[in-house]
Amino acid sequence: MVKSPFRQSNMNLGQRLWQINWSFVLLISVTASIGFGMLYSAANGSFDPWASRQMVRFIIGIILMLIVAVIDIHVWLRYAYPVYLIALALLLVVEFGGSIGMGAQRWIDLGVFTIQPSEIMKIAIILLLARYFYASRLEDVGRISHILIPIVLILIPAFLIIRQPDLGTSILMITTGVAMFFVVGVRIWIFIVGAFATIGAIIPLWQFVLRDYQKARLLTFIDPEKDPLGSGYHILQSKIALGSGGLFGKGFMEGSQSHLSFLPEKQTDFIFTMLAEEFGLLGGLLLIFLYVLLLVYAFFMSLQSRSQFGRLIGIGVSTSFFLNVFVNIAMVMGLVPVVGMPLPLVSYGGTAMLTLMFSFGLLLCVYIHRDVQISPGAADGD
Amino acid sequence: MHRDANRYKTFSRRSILLFGGKLMLFSGLVGRMYYLQVVEGEKYKTLADENRISLKLIPPKRGRILDRFGRPMAINQQNYRVMLVPENTDDLGYSLSQLNKIIPFSAQDISRVKRKLKRKRRFLPLILRENLEWSDVAKIEVNAAELPGIVIDVGESRFYPAGSDAVSVLGYVSRVSENEITGDPLLELPGFRIGKAGIEKSLDLNLRGKSGTTQVEVNAFGRQIRELERHEGQPGAETYLTIDVELQKFVARRLGKQAASAVVMDVNTGEILTLASTPGFNPNAFNRGLSNSEWQALVSNPRTPLNNKAIAGLYAPGSTFKMIVALAALAKGVVTPRTKYFCSGEMELGESMFHCWKKGGHGNMSMVNAIVQSCDVYFYEIALRTGIDSISAMARRLGLGQILDIELSGEQKGLIPTRAWKKRVKRVSWQKGETLLAGIGQGLILTTPLQLVVMISRLVNGGKAVLPSLTLDSTLKSPNLETRAQSQFPDLGVNIQHLELMKKAMEKVTVSPIGTAYKARIKKSGYQYGGKTGTVQVRRISASERESEAGVKKNKDLKWAERDHALFVGYAPISNPLYAISVVVEHGGGGSTVAAPIAKDILLEVQNRDPSRSKLNQLAGSNTRLPMNKIKKNG
Repeated sequence: MVKSPFRQSNMNLGQRLWQINWSFVLLISVTASIGFGMLYSAANGSFDPWASRQMVRFIIGIILMLIVAVIDIHVWLRYAYPVYLIALALLLVVEFGGSIGMGAQRWIDLGVFTIQPSEIMKIAIILLLARYFYASRLEDVGRISHILIPIVLILIPAFLIIRQPDLGTSILMITTGVAMFFVVGVRIWIFIVGAFATIGAIIPLWQFVLRDYQKARLLTFIDPEKDPLGSGYHILQSKIALGSGGLFGKGFMEGSQSHLSFLPEKQTDFIFTMLAEEFGLLGGLLLIFLYVLLLVYAFFMSLQSRSQFGRLIGIGVSTSFFLNVFVNIAMVMGLVPVVGMPLPLVSYGGTAMLTLMFSFGLLLCVYIHRDVQISPGAADGD
Repeated sequence: MHRDANRYKTFSRRSILLFGGKLMLFSGLVGRMYYLQVVEGEKYKTLADENRISLKLIPPKRGRILDRFGRPMAINQQNYRVMLVPENTDDLGYSLSQLNKIIPFSAQDISRVKRKLKRKRRFLPLILRENLEWSDVAKIEVNAAELPGIVIDVGESRFYPAGSDAVSVLGYVSRVSENEITGDPLLELPGFRIGKAGIEKSLDLNLRGKSGTTQVEVNAFGRQIRELERHEGQPGAETYLTIDVELQKFVARRLGKQAASAVVMDVNTGEILTLASTPGFNPNAFNRGLSNSEWQALVSNPRTPLNNKAIAGLYAPGSTFKMIVALAALAKGVVTPRTKYFCSGEMELGESMFHCWKKGGHGNMSMVNAIVQSCDVYFYEIALRTGIDSISAMARRLGLGQILDIELSGEQKGLIPTRAWKKRVKRVSWQKGETLLAGIGQGLILTTPLQLVVMISRLVNGGKAVLPSLTLDSTLKSPNLETRAQSQFPDLGVNIQHLELMKKAMEKVTVSPIGTAYKARIKKSGYQYGGKTGTVQVRRISASERESEAGVKKNKDLKWAERDHALFVGYAPISNPLYAISVVVEHGGGGSTVAAPIAKDILLEVQNRDPSRSKLNQLAGSNTRLPMNKIKKNG
């Protein structure tokens, strides 16, 4: 392998910072600022309690993103497996530590903030798959034996997260994995077989394993109208809020549904509804346009990378980001079941913000090192 | 490089496909947004702006509470009420003044309404008046057009047929106070009641049920035009208690207006048949809403009607504690049943004098006689030899000094002191004199009537560590308890011969002419009961009073609050104990003159009420006990 003379790992810090895609950073900041505005409105025209704290978190997130970005991409390659193992260990700690006296905790308290292992796992899976496939040839990927291991490595944490119970995060993680399998070139028929196998596994599970109350809970999850006081009520109110926004909205801080407390969790899961109520179809379209723009950037940044490792990270991060956005907006419009997923960059929340900025950091890292070629043995150390 | 190029080609092709898929899904969102906001926009605007169609909660029927025979103890009654829906009227003052012509409101009422309106969500109705007369309901309905925002509603209100007699068990329901609102919209429903005390509180979530919803279309005056959709809620669960409501009433009335409590328990199963605390208060009044003066009267009553004395009243057990001291002494082997001590009427310890209740003393006392005549000096002697820690351990074993987990809130733990406890909490060493006082159940020891009834049950049920219960097993769908297994309680670990000795002594308390409760005995054969009296001093008797010419003041010469507490613990029948009872009358006077007669009446009543008693005589010697209700049905 001949290494390209350009943008090598031996860039100094200044060069790396210079290479950062600053327009992408600007785009992130614009989107987050919309969130600040909505949080200001959600608190009836006050920076307290949400907007001000969200700004602090965003700044911390930006710093974290830049740190992650300027780290040599070989470092991420080398530590991809250890990161996965640590994330898995943390998941096991909250899973089984819970019964040994930690209570039903799903997070680990670090004092300043708490961290959810399932969030770390979302990133760890992307790193894991990128690491696993970075040197695979198309013929390797064509063999089932080659893809069995990563499938198992995804299903283990997915199972642990389902048990938490956090079906949403688990499905999101699996879907991100499937997308990465798709782009590395796994044969199409395997996806078809996989889909049938999933359906095939659900039927006996439904008929023989699940108990009546578990079925009832799943049915409510799929069809919230069955539970008109719980999520069904929220979805109805969310649809009323959204629909009544009309073309131009009711105006900033004028959303009657949001401000009269019809809308639940308006600062987190239902913040898009509030935006669409106050700024109408145009406001909603603007935000969706910003998200699409971010995705376009992410797409081209990943395609520009000359290493398969970088490209896979790019696809993983952008797919995970896309799924988060899509599931949240589809949920508040009543298109998919309520899973309790915040809107990236806009919803109030610390952990989600930090995780997202970390993954954007990886994306920028890929961009900075876009001309670095990674030799097949690079992961084992030169 | 060829290999890489191929791989890159596949990667690019598939990435573009993936990206295209994402864009398609996003355009789906845009389409949905367009549909909701533009196509359906007008409909949602109506919903939001006027709430023309409103989603209302249907309050669930609160579960009934029944006694062990299925007799109602708490039921729901229909109740017409007039409500104001603020969002349906432009001029609140006009609506109220119009309504005022039909049902008069005081200025106070109106200011109360206005104050409440400020805090409420505009779409939630506010109750103006409940329990309306039918004629008023009709007038309001006829004049509906002139009464914007005013609606009539049929609600349900809780009714307790036994009134104040069962309030110590049932508690009551009342309006949700602001700090109890948890976010469940049901709690913000006008007129919604939640349990505030007793079973109503402890089983509130079961009794409450789940609310339904209804979507109704309303006209400009707020009147419902039609119902669009309805999801039925789920009524609260019916609950069967172990209480016999007729016995409960009998006991409450027997205690009367005294500050007293009595608990009756099945010695084998732990089922509480009666748990009475007097004076009671009317729970139906709480449901309606108390006036300030009614509330003040309850709070300032020195006989503390709001305190559930049966579970939260703390009393020194007095002489009812003597069986425990005796058992502890026997277990430790410091005395035998035949050991005798001489009672001269007093005992000297250090510089203090400890007195027996009987001036002049009882003479030579054995254990049984000391219990029968409640000799204090005998128990000073054996307590001193046994030591406080052994006595306390025995007391705990028999159920004192601990939470018994009955399904009522406010249960008190009481206090059974030990040396270590005193050192830790009071930071001083244990004094010998305190052991003497403990020997006669006074000093630091505190117990509740519920603990006392558990104690007596454990003494007479063959040494089983029975625990009290108030609800019948909810897994049984029907209240017919024929299949109910006898609860298996673990063994107490107390020598059965010692327990038999206690039983023999307690029998003699009523049966022997020298017993302290002989005058209150039941004469009817087969119905006799045993027990132990207790008289607890609540003031300090000075040496000068004791030596004065008049002697120790009689209870009737003292102020009410200085009189002795009267206690009795007992069981019946003596041949095969089925029922245990504890009676405490605050400042009632002597245990043998005040508490024992009450216990006698109740134990006679409970045996008369138990139809198996008549059969029991025929089945002499047999230990099988037929369920009460089965026999009741048969005859």
